[in-house]
Amino acid sequence: MKRLLRWVVALGALLYGRMLRRRREKRERRRIVPAGTPERSAENLVLALLGVATLFAIGFIVAYAEYSPRSLPNELLGICLGMCFLFIAAALAVVAKRLVVTEELEDKYPKVHEEEQLQVAEIVHESGGRITRKRLLMGAGAAAGGALAAALGTPAASLGPVWHTAPLDQSPWRRGKRLVDEDDRPYSADTIEQGSFYTAFPEGADKDRLGAAVVVVRLDPNGLQLPAARATWAPEGIVAYSKICTHAGCAIALYRKPTFPTLEPHAALVCPCHYSTFDPARAGAVIYGPAGRPLPQLPLLIDDAGMMRAGGNFSGPVGPSWWAVRDHKAD
Amino acid sequence: MSARTRLVAVAALVLFVGTGVALAQPQSGIVRPTFEPSAPSVQLGAELYAGNCATCHGIDGSGVSTPRRGAGGVLGAGPPLRRVGALAPDLYLRLGYMPLSSIHSEPESERVLLSDKEIRSLVAYVASLGAGPGIPHPAPSTGGISEGVHLFTEHCAGCHQVLARGGFVTGARVPPLQTVSPTQIAEAVRVGPYLMPRFSAGEISDSQLNSIIKYILSTRHPDNRGGWGIGNIGPIPEGLVAWWIAAPFLLFTCRVLAKRFRG
Amino acid sequence: MAERDPLEDPVHFVEERTAAAPLLRGALRYLFPDHWSFLLGEVALYAFIVLVATGIYLALFFDPSTAKTVYHGPYGPLDGQQMSAAYKSLLDISFTYKAGLLIRQTHHWAADVFLVSFVMHLMRVFFTGAYRKPRELTWIIGLLMLFTALPEGFLGYSLGDDLLSGMGIAIAYGVALSIPVIGGPLALAIWGAPFPGKPEFWSRMYIAHVFLLPILIGTLIAIHLALVALRHHTQFKESPRHTDRRLIGVPLFPGQTPRSLALMFAAFGVLFLLGGLVQINPIWQWGPYHPYLGTNGAQPDWYLGWLIGALRLMPGFDVTIGHITLVPNPFWGGALFPLFVLMVLAVFPWVERRFTKDYAFHNVADRPRDAPTRTAFGVAFLSWVFLIFAFGSADRLFVLYGLSYDIQLYAFRIGIWVVPAVLFVLTRRICRDLQAAERVEEIQHAAEEEVARERLEAHAGIT
Repeated sequence: MKRLLRWVVALGALLYGRMLRRRREKRERRRIVPAGTPERSAENLVLALLGVATLFAIGFIVAYAEYSPRSLPNELLGICLGMCFLFIAAALAVVAKRLVVTEELEDKYPKVHEEEQLQVAEIVHESGGRITRKRLLMGAGAAAGGALAAALGTPAASLGPVWHTAPLDQSPWRRGKRLVDEDDRPYSADTIEQGSFYTAFPEGADKDRLGAAVVVVRLDPNGLQLPAARATWAPEGIVAYSKICTHAGCAIALYRKPTFPTLEPHAALVCPCHYSTFDPARAGAVIYGPAGRPLPQLPLLIDDAGMMRAGGNFSGPVGPSWWAVRDHKAD
Repeated sequence: MSARTRLVAVAALVLFVGTGVALAQPQSGIVRPTFEPSAPSVQLGAELYAGNCATCHGIDGSGVSTPRRGAGGVLGAGPPLRRVGALAPDLYLRLGYMPLSSIHSEPESERVLLSDKEIRSLVAYVASLGAGPGIPHPAPSTGGISEGVHLFTEHCAGCHQVLARGGFVTGARVPPLQTVSPTQIAEAVRVGPYLMPRFSAGEISDSQLNSIIKYILSTRHPDNRGGWGIGNIGPIPEGLVAWWIAAPFLLFTCRVLAKRFRG
Repeated sequence: MAERDPLEDPVHFVEERTAAAPLLRGALRYLFPDHWSFLLGEVALYAFIVLVATGIYLALFFDPSTAKTVYHGPYGPLDGQQMSAAYKSLLDISFTYKAGLLIRQTHHWAADVFLVSFVMHLMRVFFTGAYRKPRELTWIIGLLMLFTALPEGFLGYSLGDDLLSGMGIAIAYGVALSIPVIGGPLALAIWGAPFPGKPEFWSRMYIAHVFLLPILIGTLIAIHLALVALRHHTQFKESPRHTDRRLIGVPLFPGQTPRSLALMFAAFGVLFLLGGLVQINPIWQWGPYHPYLGTNGAQPDWYLGWLIGALRLMPGFDVTIGHITLVPNPFWGGALFPLFVLMVLAVFPWVERRFTKDYAFHNVADRPRDAPTRTAFGVAFLSWVFLIFAFGSADRLFVLYGLSYDIQLYAFRIGIWVVPAVLFVLTRRICRDLQAAERVEEIQHAAEEEVARERLEAHAGIT
């Protein structure tokens, strides 16, 4: 009996000692993240901020459901979603500053791994040990690879008429084409009044093509200074030029018309993008701005019915300048 | 002399000399007859014309084709006004474009120095110089906004900007149109003041003009359902908002978040 | 028995299947040097996240087609007008689908703010010398991202085929054409035909904007972040303990995580607030685009404003030899200028090394005053670009304030060279003076301490 009691006490002492040791070990085990003091007020603040954020989010859903697309104010949706995000951000900021410990720790900037660096180079070198004609093989590989790359790139030539740049010279204007307005009504010479400006297109053409739109103005025939070759291009002083600026391709949508030419700048066509200014009385010469090429002029004629028609194609390709723009004729 | 006294003396001198210089300037105000009748009349118009317009526009509106010194030493030159009717003078006078302070400056919408009676008188006088268009009476409510925006974009937006916020054409400022009246718009379209082209009824009919005016009036309160319109001129104010509203807020947030807290 | 930590189960699950616990443990305690200016790159990243999220939503509704259609939708002023399906789908997003306008505007604001924070981040990296060895690759990747983000944004706002952006595409066509020799074929390859090009051009814009360029930017971001993480972030010399070898910072967890998340939510919040409260790109007000239409006051988005300024500043000439047009005018402002800026920024780390003979590793960031010549050069170069950018608004300044456009033109043509030169000299002077002032203070401090110490010793000696 005594023996049993002794065994029980021994076992109890053993177990008790173990428990104590475990507790001590737990206490003495080093923390990785340092302990900080709790801040219940900060927690309450976070709860409040998250609560408001939740309300805003619900507000978004309610607003979305309640209003029709017509009457749904964009501001309301934006405020609900935006403020929800901002309140969550605020909650996280409070957590960052007051609910977690901000530690200042040390670490090393990584060094250069000299050993492994050398080994990489060694591995590559040693692997090539069996090859006797490295240069030749690499050359052959490069040639094959280069040719393959070229082959894979070749279908890109189908993207557009890459080798065949003739389309850049083309316009839908031909001799005899009638000038029509945006609603396809033909212009008669009588409707072209001095002091106004008109946009015209070739009859039947796609109006969105760069070579289609022209701007038409009537000037005093005595004030025109066109080159001799264009003497017949301006019947009754009516001139037409491509509406597409030769600088970068915007539409020349401004016309400056002096009320009193003695004191005011003379008539000019102006582009709204970079303010290139062209003189319609002097064959579209550039008089201001960054354009480097005069406006292509369209020869005009008035037919027997008094309607405006083109006398031929433009004096040159339309649109912004490119390599061969001065070398080609308008097509 | 103490510093304070010196200061006062200099200020007084500047004021005195300045006033003298100002008084010595040629008058930019209106020359009026001593006794003005209470109702507008062609006679009053003639007198106002003689005193304020003849220097540039000539006797009886014949025009002055080369600049020459007129009354008061003022340099004058101007287009003839015969056969402009009532339309042009009504536009120029009500906008404040005329009288022009210098023949080389661009007419701008300025404070109108003439009274309504005086304007009516002048308009009647100029209209009497020869047959010309009368003051139009547009009816924008009969127009269609859809047609208006289409025509405005085609004929006007290049200078006036698609939302009529004004713009630049080489040599002139194109005014915004939020404050002009329907009559003034109609007049301007028909006469093309200063460097603006003119559009006769053959190109823009009266009903089309009504649509255009309706659209221009709507640009006073554009559909800004996206929020604050920031001027309705596009990316420049948008960039300013990104740099001066979004960026400061984000920088402030970075600053707040990165300040260390020793806890 | 010890209590079972509920967190151990998922972590154990992951570790059994990935063997990633060491990586995770290292990542959790990865250190971030602590300065507010180091957070700017993150802001850009968060803007990018918003762009992707809102962009996906928009892509579910947008129709990238140039097919002509007539509008009969809720926006009255455009009723009965002909327009492309792309423009019409944007109108539908803005008017018919609830929250569509909010998402559209947030997307556009995110693009603008993405580039704002990008530029601020670039300036911080430059002026602190953080592009130096070993971070040159990170710098180059960043520049590649910037010059990918610029066309990405341009394509984004051009997809809608409205009057304003359509004019911009025409200008892009003009710039492409202006590239010497290859301009014609290049423009024809991109557009498929002379402007306005084939319908396939819209498909190309669309796929570039929603797939190709975002993938490229995303990949570059991943590489950029990996490079930053591998070499660790630079730090300022806030104490003698901050050195090129010893890094002092805040660990990712728990310190940095709530801060970065807070910044993320703040960025999201700002962008959605802007998307709701401030209108941007109201395409219904511009109307649909046609090549024969134009409006005054058309501008690109702010981050391309430097190009419109350059295009407007150039005097009007094409460089020709006989009938060959060697260099059309738009090339200078539209292509050479941005390329030049990119080149200067890209080679700068190596050029600086050449001049300073400094080939060492640098993990400590400079304060701007610590490198007077670099800071002066940066200020001068930035002012050059900024002045060119500012001229792009000269016409609106004229309309608003009456400042003559001609006078501005000539003033800027001179100013863009004179002002940077003056600022270079001035900035360098200021940096050097600040450094000198600090040295004087140091000497003063040391002297005061010396005096105090001697006094103490004398006092101790007496007693």
